[in-house]
Amino acid sequence: MESVGSIILYTIVALAMVVFSVLAVTTRKILRAATYLLFTLFAAACVYFMLDYEFLGAVQIAVYAGGIVVLFVFSILLTTHPGRNSEPLASKSRVLGAVASVAMLLVAGYALVSRCALFVAKPALETPTMQQIGESMMSTSEGGYLLPFEAISVLLLACIIGGVVIARKR
Amino acid sequence: MEIKAIMLLVPALIMFCCGVYGFITRRNMIAILISLELMLNAVDINFAVFNRYLWPDAMEGMFFTLFAIAIAAAETALAIAIIINLYRSAKNIDVRDLNKLKY
Repeated sequence: MESVGSIILYTIVALAMVVFSVLAVTTRKILRAATYLLFTLFAAACVYFMLDYEFLGAVQIAVYAGGIVVLFVFSILLTTHPGRNSEPLASKSRVLGAVASVAMLLVAGYALVSRCALFVAKPALETPTMQQIGESMMSTSEGGYLLPFEAISVLLLACIIGGVVIARKR
Repeated sequence: MEIKAIMLLVPALIMFCCGVYGFITRRNMIAILISLELMLNAVDINFAVFNRYLWPDAMEGMFFTLFAIAIAAAETALAIAIIINLYRSAKNIDVRDLNKLKY
């Protein structure tokens, strides 16, 4: 049995997630789309906090809401005129997009609802501590993530070099 | 009433479908990238929810989400570098007008 507060929190988070993600893809002002994306990312971080993954929620806020959205806003202001509406969509592409997304919603929704394993309540868990996370990220034994950790670091280095090379003035 | 796994998976599914809709209909490259971020986020939520509800002792889903966030950050940075470079040479980031390499 959950407390009333967590039910209210869940309702707010789920509503925010749905409403802001719909708004982010339907608004015609691109800067507003970035702002709605920010709210959706905050709702996702709230979901992580509700699931007791506090480190994951902190990473979500720091990397996504702090880094990626700022990058989006900068590039929007560099490439488009703020306040200008984008052109209305051609009805053909709108119909195509609506058909694709509704078909996906129906198929995946049916697949989700038909699994009774997904109707279980949340099992008890003590939050994974920072020490546990750090140890399994650095360990090479079973359940250790040293190799992907190193691969990500090489990927980020390649990404830095690639970003500099691509955006450099010739 | 208890919060069940499906109650978190359905909003994530709706978020993913919004991403699909935006990816197909949007014309501006940055708006397409925003839709892509929505889809990535929905998938991340799914990883965390499945991990927490079905295998609460394991941490695989959480780590997969962590690495996915890192890769998404790298991918967005590179894509925005490409878009800005494109804007510099074509003065436009509308995908309908960028057809020099098409034929």
